[in-house]
Amino acid sequence: MAVGKKILELQKKREKVLLGGGEQAIEKQKAMGKRTARERIMALLDDNSFNEYDMFVEHVGRDFDMEKKSLPSDGVIIGTGTIYGAPVAVFAQDFTVAGGSLGLMHSRKITKIMDHALKMRMPLIGINDSGGARIQEGVNSLAGYGEIFFRNTISSGVIPQLSVILGPCAGGAVYSPALTDFVFVVDNISKMFITGPEVIKTVLGEEISMEDLGGARIHSEVTGNAHFFSLSEEECFEQIKKLITFIPWNNSKKARMFEPAEPLAKYNISTIVPEDPTLPYDVKDVIRAVVDNSDFFEIMELYARNIVIGFGRMGGRTTGFVANQPMEMAGVLDVDSSDKAARFIRYCDAFNVPIITLVDLPGYLPGVDQEHAGVIRHGAKLLYAYSEATVPKLTVILRKAYGGGYIAMSSRHLRADFVFAWPSAEIAVMGPEGAANIIFRKEITSAEDPDAMRKQKVEEYKAKFANPYVAASRGYVDAVIEPSETRRILMHSIEVSENKDVPMPHKKHGLPPF
Amino acid sequence: MKIKDKLGFLNINNSLYQTRISSKFKNRVKYQPADPKLILSFIPGTVVEIFVSQGQKVKKGELLLILDAMKMQNRLKCPMDGKIKSIVTTKGDRVSKGALLIELE
Repeated sequence: MAVGKKILELQKKREKVLLGGGEQAIEKQKAMGKRTARERIMALLDDNSFNEYDMFVEHVGRDFDMEKKSLPSDGVIIGTGTIYGAPVAVFAQDFTVAGGSLGLMHSRKITKIMDHALKMRMPLIGINDSGGARIQEGVNSLAGYGEIFFRNTISSGVIPQLSVILGPCAGGAVYSPALTDFVFVVDNISKMFITGPEVIKTVLGEEISMEDLGGARIHSEVTGNAHFFSLSEEECFEQIKKLITFIPWNNSKKARMFEPAEPLAKYNISTIVPEDPTLPYDVKDVIRAVVDNSDFFEIMELYARNIVIGFGRMGGRTTGFVANQPMEMAGVLDVDSSDKAARFIRYCDAFNVPIITLVDLPGYLPGVDQEHAGVIRHGAKLLYAYSEATVPKLTVILRKAYGGGYIAMSSRHLRADFVFAWPSAEIAVMGPEGAANIIFRKEITSAEDPDAMRKQKVEEYKAKFANPYVAASRGYVDAVIEPSETRRILMHSIEVSENKDVPMPHKKHGLPPF
Repeated sequence: MKIKDKLGFLNINNSLYQTRISSKFKNRVKYQPADPKLILSFIPGTVVEIFVSQGQKVKKGELLLILDAMKMQNRLKCPMDGKIKSIVTTKGDRVSKGALLIELE
């Protein structure tokens, strides 16, 4: 039968393309501990949900003998599928085909699926595994990158964009991930840099390994380019799937509701925070003590650990958390932590996720390096992000809230909707020791026993200002609450903020300090 | 608790906070005011020409050496009137950023 023959022909064509760069290349890929592009997509998406497009696209290189070569699917797989039922658009570069290099048709396939994702208002997941531009195609491959960056930018804040780095991603190619919302890296597999070790060695004479220059750990701990670190591709895919459950499909929707669940009993909120404001604790335990199931999904866990960001659910609703971490660098604000938190706040604001801020910080980190690194400019990002955000903003002051840090951490003055303080809160211009030294300088220096006088004045200051009641008397704090009431009150606050609507003055866009 | 062992103290406004100190903070470069008598390479590169010798008297603005970096021939000039105390580099040296090249007196 004629039709049967044609179907057979299609099946044969498919089989050939599905082999990608051929068995040898696939073996090499596996030897590096990597999966093939299609395997990765299958591992990530719901079973049988993937539909591939542009399978038969071929490259258009006509120089340097490229016309004699066949590059199946031109080294990139695109399609749509679902993750826990949520629609997603996916592209995955196929390193087995010409090293996943990006030529004109390769980039057209990527931009096609990007356009589709934006039009259909669904998340886009890009799996990067590419040697870079296909040199033989010259400026056409540069054009391809530019078209991708433009779409990343236009889609930013409309649909969630996730970048997964599962191989090299070097040179200009790194800027697509950098423009997206979340970057996933895997130890020993991900490599990202603008100029590689070879170039650095020839130009500057500095020797460094690929791993130390732009490996997964470096981007997770040092540069802040990556948001999620994992030890295997499998773990990485689990992180992606989990993230998808926390975020909405696009900026006009809210994240999916889940069945509400109580926090685990082992997180006793009343005993986590020590009374002495100089003693450390893990603020993540406070978050775990208030979120459903004690399930806190941390973002950028290894970078600027003095601030903690991530998602949890309150009564089934996705909520973003920003919290000072007293255990790390006393929870100070600095260049890196301001940058980290500000970007997350803008993410939550763009995608309709309420923000809960937990405050316990001594202020900003002093130092020449901080000042010279631009802590003024970077610190301003945090003020900007909180002020600009119109999603429900809830603040709980757990303990210290001193000086500029108090203002920056989602204070009433930046239009937090609800500000709560625990009885242990100390809202003041600075810590008692510093304040007493300034206010009572004369009394202290002229006293017979300056040390005793200082101690006395510090105690005086503590008694008067180291509490939440001065701020509460002005209405800067809406309620002083017991730790054990926190979850109930926060859930109530989110519930009553469901229809929050804040008119903003018309503008093309603001000018955040970046 | 094993975390307790890793804790140090951080002084913020005269209060000592017990906390973990980040490696970035520990490894930060201590600030040192610039010394105009020390001619340093402001960029990694190669010394291609030296125009002065030890003991020579030099005037402000005088050409000291050429540092080739990033395909540019950078001309390093003398920041003040003085005398060459020592020349630490030689022609053809590949130097890193901040390396001492010439000392004035």
